[in-house]
Amino acid sequence: MTTARYLGSLAITGALAVSFAHGALAQDTIKIGELNSYKTQTAFLDPYKKGWEMAIEEINAKGGVLGKKLEIVSRDDGSNPGDAVRVADELVTREGVNILTGTFLSNTGLAVTEFAGKKKVFFLAAEPLTDKITWQNGNKYTFRLRTQTYSQVAMLLPDALAAKKKRWALVYPNYEYGQTAVAAFKELMKAKQPDIEFVTEQAPPLGKVDAGAVAQAIDDAKPDAIFNVLFGADFTKLVREGGTRGTFKDRTVVSVLSGEPEYLDPVKEEAPVGWIVTGYPWDKIKTPEHTAFLTAYQKKYNDYPRLGSIVGYTTMKSLAAGIAKAGSTDTDKLITAFEGLKVDGPFGPFMYRASDHQSTLGAYVGKIALENGKGTMSDFKYVDAATVLPGDAEVKKLRPAD
Amino acid sequence: MTFSSFLFQAINGLSSASGLFLVAAGLSLIFGVTRIVNIAHGSLYMLGTYIAYTLATKVGGGLGFWGGIVVTALLVGLLGAAIEVLLLRRIYRAPELFQLLATFALVLVFNDAALWIWGAEDLLGPRAPGLQGSIQLLGRRLPEYDIFLIFIGPFVLWLLHLGLAKTRFGRLMRAATQDREMVGALGVNQAMLFTGVFALGAMLAGFGGALQIAREPATLATDLIAIGDAFVVVVVGGMGSISGAYLAAVIIAEVKALCIGLGVVHFGGFAVNFSKLTLVAEFLVMAIVLIARPYGLLGREQVVVRSVAEPEEPIRPASSAVKIAGLVLLVVMVCLPLIAKNSPYTLVLSIDVLIAVLFATSLHFIMGPGGMHSFGHAAYFGLGTYGAALLVKWLAAPMGIALLGAPLLAAAGALLFGWFAVRLSGVYLAMLTLAFAQIVWASVFQWEELTGGSNGILGVWPSAPFDSRNAFYFLTLALAVIGVLLLRRFLFAPFGYTMRAGRDSPLRAEAIGINVKRIHWLGFAIAGAVCGVAGGLFAFAKGSISPDTIGIGRSIDGLVMVLLGGIQTLSGPIVGASVFAVLQDTIMRTTDYWRALLGGIILLLVLVFPSGIVGGFIKLVSRRKATS
Repeated sequence: MTTARYLGSLAITGALAVSFAHGALAQDTIKIGELNSYKTQTAFLDPYKKGWEMAIEEINAKGGVLGKKLEIVSRDDGSNPGDAVRVADELVTREGVNILTGTFLSNTGLAVTEFAGKKKVFFLAAEPLTDKITWQNGNKYTFRLRTQTYSQVAMLLPDALAAKKKRWALVYPNYEYGQTAVAAFKELMKAKQPDIEFVTEQAPPLGKVDAGAVAQAIDDAKPDAIFNVLFGADFTKLVREGGTRGTFKDRTVVSVLSGEPEYLDPVKEEAPVGWIVTGYPWDKIKTPEHTAFLTAYQKKYNDYPRLGSIVGYTTMKSLAAGIAKAGSTDTDKLITAFEGLKVDGPFGPFMYRASDHQSTLGAYVGKIALENGKGTMSDFKYVDAATVLPGDAEVKKLRPAD
Repeated sequence: MTFSSFLFQAINGLSSASGLFLVAAGLSLIFGVTRIVNIAHGSLYMLGTYIAYTLATKVGGGLGFWGGIVVTALLVGLLGAAIEVLLLRRIYRAPELFQLLATFALVLVFNDAALWIWGAEDLLGPRAPGLQGSIQLLGRRLPEYDIFLIFIGPFVLWLLHLGLAKTRFGRLMRAATQDREMVGALGVNQAMLFTGVFALGAMLAGFGGALQIAREPATLATDLIAIGDAFVVVVVGGMGSISGAYLAAVIIAEVKALCIGLGVVHFGGFAVNFSKLTLVAEFLVMAIVLIARPYGLLGREQVVVRSVAEPEEPIRPASSAVKIAGLVLLVVMVCLPLIAKNSPYTLVLSIDVLIAVLFATSLHFIMGPGGMHSFGHAAYFGLGTYGAALLVKWLAAPMGIALLGAPLLAAAGALLFGWFAVRLSGVYLAMLTLAFAQIVWASVFQWEELTGGSNGILGVWPSAPFDSRNAFYFLTLALAVIGVLLLRRFLFAPFGYTMRAGRDSPLRAEAIGINVKRIHWLGFAIAGAVCGVAGGLFAFAKGSISPDTIGIGRSIDGLVMVLLGGIQTLSGPIVGASVFAVLQDTIMRTTDYWRALLGGIILLLVLVFPSGIVGGFIKLVSRRKATS
């Protein structure tokens, strides 16, 4: 017992010692603080991390930026805003970074956005989709890479309109992302197709959809078409239950994000063929930029990239490009450099808009297809987000004054 | 909604009910006999889904699926037995609820273990061989597997009933549920009984999980979802009652199915989306049931368990040595901005630690001396954060007013919920507080216009003179010290003595004229108010808040802090909160598998200090004194 007790106190002392130990300060690197919900969004963030690690390796192999190597200090953000703010503070005060990046969840992304604005730290939000990061709660210090909720919906609009369906059912996770997506969809559709009817709305709690009952309720409403915003395990459950119950039979389904390998791969041979989706058909994109990325990625990891890999990779490429253009890591210079910054990523060139700090990185829109027992996309095309984002004057009204 | 669609949804609900019942039954059995609140029950369920997935896909076919379900149940049952023998058996003599801490550590370890073994991607199993299709019913398609599930729940219920009524093991289980000390006195091998019950409960969890692979993917989030559902079902049905669990599962599943079936309903010009109610339906049911029937639908009043733990020492004013130590600590804390001049993060972390200390101490106030195990203490923390943030956002209130609003809103919430909660005791009280916390959470989550919904409220920053890190640190330190000392003062005042009298012997306390309920109710309100201060400080420390400040996770963190420090000591929550907050912060940075490491360290602490860290030290000191 005494030994065990000793071990116990050793464990505590050890833990405390680690907490006060400082990482060696390397002078010849540019430190970037990265934080994300690695423990709860593993399916997306595992490839994401691989993506950014590969980008950093490539950048440093070419001598880094401004003659210095990039060094990423990566942290788990605890998957909640309170911890995320503390971790961000830790990166800034203890690690001495003045560039933050990462986050997945909308609320942690927004909390770090708010933190960055208050503490005057540069922040490139990688993945959170909420429109508020660049619009209602946007600030001078925050930029965002990922194609935001509004754009994801707007990209699907032409196909949704072309289906010429009157009765629509809506199904979405009951939190901000789902609500915003559906609100945008309703507004955009009503504007172009005034006689549209929304026959049912199902808003199950995130991660807890009772798929059988929801699929049945949708079917009972007898819609002509369905707009889906469920993703992850909710999407998987809906596809299986809806498939057994014939909910999707002879109906147009428009679905956000469902073409991303993260969400499409788990359903395997049950991939819902014909759904109109935004996504990432990694095995079919033949552009030279993407082929180069794909080859390098497969060589390094012996695995195929997911959309997370693209986001992680492009995030670090953006930061490298921004720092190079700024010629310094000074926060104000970096902001100026990012406004209008042009970046070449695996999806081709895109830029960060000066008006709302949103990147124009787009997404692939197409139909889900089944090949060799696996879901993929067909009839797809790349939609540049610049073509669907509102104009500068419009977003100026949405953003608070700096 | 037509009648036939209503009927069909009701049938749908029955298949969900079977799933709910299977997770809940095991939890109920384990609690009934061992009185352990097994938080890891959801993890066992999750492991069930993963193991069954592996067997179904690697072996394949009918054997892999159906045989896999049986093998999974057995394997998870074995794991349950191992948990009981290797871990829980060592800490049965610890204070009440302490085992909860050990099972919490297991949740962390199992989750990371599953990530390590099966990877991050969701894994969808095959459809059930032989039951892939659907049949026509009421003009709709009902999956054959759902029909199978509808019958499997009642079948297991019947088997369990038979087992409990007819077998010797079952009779012993029932006897132990009623009076386990007597069972021990009659010469029954309790160790074997407990191991057996734990294995059986785990087996049911594994079985329940394995059955789900035909309907939903194995994911790492399953553990917490399953344990949440299971708790509700068990409590609504009545702890230890298997039939009650089934009845509760049916009611909850049917309420949800009805909400989904109703969808959007128009009342005049006013549209209500009932499907959004599924967010909180089960907790509403639980609150209503517990208010109307305090021991659940089919439960009986909990028999007072003669504690196997060592009797709790009466609280004593601090000795001069402790007072000096406390003073030294205070001086160090006051000088911290100077000491830590070169590492400003120390202050950032210290602010978080102080808030955690205030949170844990207020929980300990009702949990320890009050004897009311609140599982929903985050409600008052959250009300505090939102009290402050809403005042800032909507009324542009100055920081002083906002910080005053935080404890007021929290105390109001505590007065409201406490009024109902003090009428119950033991685990029912715990679950009612949890239900209230979930209702608050759901209201905040759903009331987008007022509270900002899931994104929360942004831009709650301290104003001058507290806008510098040092100043805000001093403010937090001052309020935390005042809060802790105030609660301590209450405990040594007649109020504290009456509160403890009500805990230790409600009958005698009533007999000498103490209104136990009112005293406990006031205790609830005081703890709520102090917790609200912690919440208010939290809002200003972070600059933005979101509904997770009210979430189950935070409530559990509070319990972990109190138990880790030692529930029977007054400095326990302070030490527990500090250790937990610092550990978590440190470990999150050390490794990708930080949850497993944190769980491992908590397990180690649990085994080394079975009465909490402070409790362990006190024992050590008193033993030293006795020997010298």
